Amino acid sequence: MTPWVSRVGLPWVGLAALALVPLSGMGNYPLHLAIMCLLWGFVYTGWALMGRLGMVSLGHGAFLGIGAYGVVMGWNHFGLSPWLGLPIALALTALVAFLIGWPCFRFRIVGHYFALVTLALSEVVRMIIVALRDQTGGSLGATPNTALAEQAWSLGALQFSSKVVWFYIVLTMWLAGLWVWTRVDRSMARLALEAIAHEEEAAASVGIHVTRLKLRVTLISALMTCVGGVLYAQYQLYVNPETVSGIGISLQMVFGAIAGGMYVRLGPTVGAVFTLLLAEVLRLALGHDIHGLDTTIYGLLLVLFIIFMPKGILGAAIEGWQRARRPVAAPATG
Amino acid sequence: MLRLQGVSAGYGSFQALFDISLEVKAGEAVAVIGPNGAGKTTLLRVISRLIEPRAGEMTMEGKRLNAVPAHEVIGHGIAHVPENRRLFPRLSVEDNLRMGAFTPAARARFDERLAAVYRHFPRMQERRRQPAGTLSGGEQQMCAIGRALMSGPKLLLLDEPSAGLAPVVVQATFEVIRQMRAEGYTVLIVEQNIRQVLKVAERAYLLETGRIKLHGSSAELLASEAIRKAYLGL
Amino acid sequence: MDIFDVFLLEAVVNGVLLGGILALLALGLNLIFGVIDVVWICYAELIMIGMYAVYYLHVVYGWPLWLAFAGGVALVSILGAALHQYVIRPVLAAEPINQLLVTGGVLFLLQGVATLAFGVEFKNLGVRLPTLEVGEMFVSFARLIAFLAALAGMIGVYLFLKRSYLGTAIRAISQDREIMPLMGVNPNRIFLITSALGGGLAGLAACLLVLQYDIHPAIGLSFGPIAFLVCVLGGLGNMIGGFIAAFIFAQFISVGGYFFHLEWGYVIAFLFFIAVMFWKPRGLFGAKS
Repeated sequence: MTPWVSRVGLPWVGLAALALVPLSGMGNYPLHLAIMCLLWGFVYTGWALMGRLGMVSLGHGAFLGIGAYGVVMGWNHFGLSPWLGLPIALALTALVAFLIGWPCFRFRIVGHYFALVTLALSEVVRMIIVALRDQTGGSLGATPNTALAEQAWSLGALQFSSKVVWFYIVLTMWLAGLWVWTRVDRSMARLALEAIAHEEEAAASVGIHVTRLKLRVTLISALMTCVGGVLYAQYQLYVNPETVSGIGISLQMVFGAIAGGMYVRLGPTVGAVFTLLLAEVLRLALGHDIHGLDTTIYGLLLVLFIIFMPKGILGAAIEGWQRARRPVAAPATG
Repeated sequence: MLRLQGVSAGYGSFQALFDISLEVKAGEAVAVIGPNGAGKTTLLRVISRLIEPRAGEMTMEGKRLNAVPAHEVIGHGIAHVPENRRLFPRLSVEDNLRMGAFTPAARARFDERLAAVYRHFPRMQERRRQPAGTLSGGEQQMCAIGRALMSGPKLLLLDEPSAGLAPVVVQATFEVIRQMRAEGYTVLIVEQNIRQVLKVAERAYLLETGRIKLHGSSAELLASEAIRKAYLGL
Repeated sequence: MDIFDVFLLEAVVNGVLLGGILALLALGLNLIFGVIDVVWICYAELIMIGMYAVYYLHVVYGWPLWLAFAGGVALVSILGAALHQYVIRPVLAAEPINQLLVTGGVLFLLQGVATLAFGVEFKNLGVRLPTLEVGEMFVSFARLIAFLAALAGMIGVYLFLKRSYLGTAIRAISQDREIMPLMGVNPNRIFLITSALGGGLAGLAACLLVLQYDIHPAIGLSFGPIAFLVCVLGGLGNMIGGFIAAFIFAQFISVGGYFFHLEWGYVIAFLFFIAVMFWKPRGLFGAKS
């Protein structure tokens, strides 16, 4: 196979295949799974923008929650179309990301500290949602008021009853997310940030504006996650503080991205597919009654991944592929 | 007592020692001299088994050291005073000394050995509750040597005892080493300060870029052209 | 105005009692981080397992309560050592964040195992302890016992670290890991002992919590994050800082919950935390150097 076909051609073929998925006549449930794969793939990719550069956040549930609850509350309490709720949620997300990011990066808070501070953040958002139970419905969750009583879709309310429509919406966002990844990857910022990830003081001494760069990536990452939250809320038409905010979902994001491989563009998506497939396989094989087995296996796999495959499924696969294609190195002399 | 034959060692892909053979007999004081980066510290770390030897044999009183785990070396009677003292800064002087006597055999004799160390170094007794990090350079050196003595060793490894110390303090430190000799301790000293160390040691090895270039009695080495030109500026 | 003062005082007292438990939680976490340089994200889940252990030993197998407590502490202690040996040790050489994340995997694992083994219904130890009346205030006896036990535990750990050879070695290894073998100390053995001690403290916390709260596989999520915050607030790895921060944080929760609704107490405490992070990101008292 010539390089052109295998490198340029394959992604386009894959994309065409993806675009044809809903037209294949698959049932609603498999289509729902496909939508979830792409949606969470998008969210995990957003997280991995930060994770791959050493900024491991355990708090992205905060941004997801702000997006999800932002549009639902805006619609239910103020009649605000999600098209308006979205920019408001984005603005709030940006503010929060800045408020946490700036002091952390300014004072060189990294590693464990950063992870734990962001963990606090996601918990704050979750607790506020629960505490405001009169407005948000608390732990019982909330549903956006339906605009689909008499019609199959409403653009103003961003609600569609057809899963096919949602598939294409989510597919587009997922592709947009990959494009963002590529842009960040190719910019000078990425090289600078990798330098920072390894030796922050040295990077700073060469004039790389550490704080500004970190903030920029953090903002992009947070905003992407917020959009993911909005999409999730509008698609599922149900939100709940546990599923869109808090430490639980934050950790899931982290592990999804890592399991797939957060250093590679398609890695987080692979992680999303893997996680969803795992849950489905277990559900089918064991029936709905076995609570906890999926979590157990998930946890066990994650431990094994970090110990044996820290680059994730896709990362390890790519490494194996590259090693197989490289000619055997000549033995070192001397 | 201590014998190295054909020992090679390094870090990762970098080889620091090539085919080292040396010997320290009971009761002797032997010096290893040489410039920065020659591998002197590496040599002591191999003996202490902080590093794996890649080739060669190491024996202490006839027992093979090559495969002994690092934390068991002290049980063979070898005590190592690391470069830059490496005291535990936030532990008190007495706790540092206590760490030197961690092994069960040493714990049994803790009280008498502590008293002995305090006799040698009265200043340590004065400062025994102070965090070791607050001591002056010379005091830290005393504490580090005292810590090594707490295990009742047969062989003392000293890594650059004069490093970072003012000349007057260096004199005092080597005076202490002389006292140790007088009490019967066998000593292997790695040093850059050639004048001082050759006054204390009977024999010396010259280590340059990982190899032993010269070997002989201190008097011989002091008189040799190579040493005088390169290291004593004469 | 009198009644107002008494209730407020009661909130303060309850805050102090809560602080005792939080301090115990923080102590275990700070010990592990200060010595081994790893954060056990699954710490609360270890406690959850301990709570189930006490429940089963006492309620299902009929052991006397004190024996069930001992069993719980022993079990979690062993779990702690096992966690280090099999999960953390393999990644000690890798990036530090991997060590944190691998314990996150254990978090899910423990939750899942607990769900499988014990189901999702809330379980209760069934031990009813009285409520004491002190003046005009009501103080839960269970809370008081928990506070005293936590205090005793902390004093015990303090004495152990200061006075014993092992304790001194544990303090030493956190200051200079590399030269420990020169003292005849096997670093991994010290890490295992420290992990067992951290697990034991978690087991003690489990005993104290099971007296007051129902057990559920996911309860770790309700007090785990708080424990981490307290540690970071006091300076990660700083055992004394964590101790003090625990009481400050508990006061915010208790008094804040008194002035507003209960949950707002937590929200206020969290916001206080974020504000402190903004001002002193290394914690109120600075991390271990």
